[in-house]
Amino acid sequence: MVKLKTPQELENLRASLQKQLKYSAKTISICYGSSCKASGAEEVITAIKNELEKNNLETNLERIIKETGCHGFCEQGPLVLIKPQNIFYCRVKPEDASRIVKKSIIKNEIIADLLFQDPQNENIFTTEEEIPFYKKQTRLLMQHNSDIDPRRLEDYLAQGGYSALNKVLTQNTPEEILEKVKSSGLRGRGGAGFPTGQKWESCRQAESEIKYLICNADEGDPGCFQDASLVEGNPHQVLEGMILGAYAVGITTGYIYIRYEYPVAVRNFREAIEQARDYGLLGENILDSGFSFDVQVKRGGGAFVCGESSALIASLEGRPGEPRDKYVRNTKKGLWGKPTLLNNVKTLASVPLIVEKGSDWFRQFGTSSSPGTMIFSLTGKIKHTGLVEIPMGISMHSLIWDIGGGIRNDKPLKAVQTGGPSGGCIPAANIDLPLDYEHLSNAGSMLGSGGMIVMDENTCMVDVARYFLSFTQQESCGKCVPCREGGKHLLHTLNKITRGEGQITDLTLIREISEAMQKGALCNLGRQAPNPVLTTLHYFENEYHRHIMDQKCPAGVCRHLISFYISTEDCTGCGKCMDVCPEEAIRGEKREPHHILQGECNRCGICQEVCPENAISKG
Amino acid sequence: MSQHTINSKEQIEQITLKIITSYRHLSEEEMDWIALLQDIQDQFRYLPPDGLKLCARELNVPLSQLYSIATFYTCFSLAPRGKTEIQVCMGTACHIRGAEPILDKILQQLALNPGETSPDLEYSLETVNCVGACARGPLVIINSNYYGNLTMGQVENLLSKTRDINGEGKNG
Ligand SMILES: Cc1cc2nc3c(=O)[nH]c(=O)nc-3n(C[C@H](O)[C@H](O)[C@H](O)COP(=O)(O)O)c2cc1C
Ligand code: FES
Repeated sequence: MVKLKTPQELENLRASLQKQLKYSAKTISICYGSSCKASGAEEVITAIKNELEKNNLETNLERIIKETGCHGFCEQGPLVLIKPQNIFYCRVKPEDASRIVKKSIIKNEIIADLLFQDPQNENIFTTEEEIPFYKKQTRLLMQHNSDIDPRRLEDYLAQGGYSALNKVLTQNTPEEILEKVKSSGLRGRGGAGFPTGQKWESCRQAESEIKYLICNADEGDPGCFQDASLVEGNPHQVLEGMILGAYAVGITTGYIYIRYEYPVAVRNFREAIEQARDYGLLGENILDSGFSFDVQVKRGGGAFVCGESSALIASLEGRPGEPRDKYVRNTKKGLWGKPTLLNNVKTLASVPLIVEKGSDWFRQFGTSSSPGTMIFSLTGKIKHTGLVEIPMGISMHSLIWDIGGGIRNDKPLKAVQTGGPSGGCIPAANIDLPLDYEHLSNAGSMLGSGGMIVMDENTCMVDVARYFLSFTQQESCGKCVPCREGGKHLLHTLNKITRGEGQITDLTLIREISEAMQKGALCNLGRQAPNPVLTTLHYFENEYHRHIMDQKCPAGVCRHLISFYISTEDCTGCGKCMDVCPEEAIRGEKREPHHILQGECNRCGICQEVCPENAISKG
Repeated sequence: MSQHTINSKEQIEQITLKIITSYRHLSEEEMDWIALLQDIQDQFRYLPPDGLKLCARELNVPLSQLYSIATFYTCFSLAPRGKTEIQVCMGTACHIRGAEPILDKILQQLALNPGETSPDLEYSLETVNCVGACARGPLVIINSNYYGNLTMGQVENLLSKTRDINGEGKNG
């Protein structure tokens, strides 16, 4: 690897890489995101490599096979794309390797049974672009995830990477970049939606020799993985965004704080830093511009509160991650008392695009108050679980049905939870809500970092509130009383209700404690923790009443409030349930209807899972 | 390196000292206590008290400060970890798809609480929050292998399979 000394050398290298790409034969891009890994991507990769060797194609192994970051359509993993045509194979198994190599690589054939078939209308799609899940998205940030081996800087260059940086260093002053980001209207993607340009400007104006930049990759929301997909899948785009931010604000030292649970992200980002340094794109005197900037990776410690800016800074300083009151902004006094610019991964990853293509280009996506795109983790009772990038302002309905394929098993939608533990539940009646900062917060929820959990009639809203509260209560750092004690009592009250021991006055108590937390907690962890409780109480009060007044859980989730029954009409007496019941709570003669001894039953539901006749119901 | 055996005090101190060496040159401001403890934990899969004491002595920091970090962050364990690490995802997507009864079942079968290790150091049980594989929820990870779309019925098989593998390991 040669150190690039001038912008021209970078462009020469890019030209030669792009030429290689143009004339190179096919490549197999295999998704190595967590979901695909969990569905066996590793075995598929090994099998394909073996097959390439068998066919004497191994000399070009690195070029032919790309292990990439998340492609997004997690539900259908392991995913394999044949490029350049983008032929989309899903649910690939190691046994398919031989066919893929022989038919799709050596010859030009398409393997029909590996293509995606829409279960709704049985349409079959050949390429990724044609599949409705992808077709309806606008992928700006995730655009290159399947083209790039994240461990090769060259791949990013070939896709046009670092050209924004190159232009800036030769043609623009820091003020011009700042102006561009300001006029793009980009807002922070870490949750609060604070205007990024304004934050940068405030940090730029702060007087200090030393300033710091921090990329927040702590991604604490327990149902989100989009930041991971960028840091793992396209680390150089995030890094380029950091360099551009540092240039605009006048910063020489940067950190990226990566969540402890993401070892692949840590590895890939560390390698990206090394490679960028070797190429002269990071470090002293970048591309001979006189500008210097370097970055270090810090691993988080597994504490949700450390995603909060002041707690993150405490953690970077090597202390327990406790937040502080923010009467002085971090942009004035942050890390080690110096002005500090802290941005989310997606915010920074948007910057190279804005700088390269201009703020008007960026503003054509999204709404006037929330320009650009947002990546959502679409999960829960949805047909197409995955990562979805859409322009801000699209309706929740469109996201769930046009892209997400609708609700699993075609059940009716009950509610959608957005914003993670700080967000709230939005009922099915409000499904036309546009997805942007203002609309979601007016509905009592928030955009947050893009979590979207879809719920059907089998989801209990009281249980959901209890779940989030138990999370925030566990993650409360304990520094302030409203969050520490308030959270505990809220959780205790919700636990009582889900056990059928609640009283109607508890609902008033819940509202009072919530208000105290919203007003009195030190940081947004505590202030927003009541949101899931308050929104479910607001939209689904009846469900709380059923738990309290009738000791019933209508969704059949709260274990203390449900019982299992065997229908004497449907039961054929096959005995399968009796065999699996861990409590030996099922009685009955062979070929005679069975019954459950309620006193013995621990309501685990295994019997219902195994019953071939669907004769067991919950109520 | 991850070790399954319990190290002697000498071994612990020797390995820890090596780690400390790479931190010695850092100024007070640059010193990253969390990274230091993470490096130690990477070696032993927990923070041995002898290692922490050595850090305090060598780097001239109150032991209580190290403990305040070690107890605040959930990535640290102050007790040795079991040979088999079982992680149950309790992230939102997994919760909605029924992770809680699955966890209950595992707790009951292993007679362990989350965060605990069996006395024979065979199993450690932990809950985690979203590992990015929500499409496969509910999900359990055993020694880095993912088991997704779990049903209650499969849990029992999974655990007994794990036990068999462990048993073989012992004999062989
Ligand atoms: C409890 C809590 C957790 C947070 N977790 C994250 C997180 O995981 N990632 C993130 O980018 N921002 C998180 N934030 C928001 C940050 O405090 C901060 O606003 C954000 O990183 C700023 O970046 P942005 O302007 O680019 O959005 C969290 C806030 C709170 C109160
Ligand atoms: S919630 Fe379990 S993997 Fe995401």
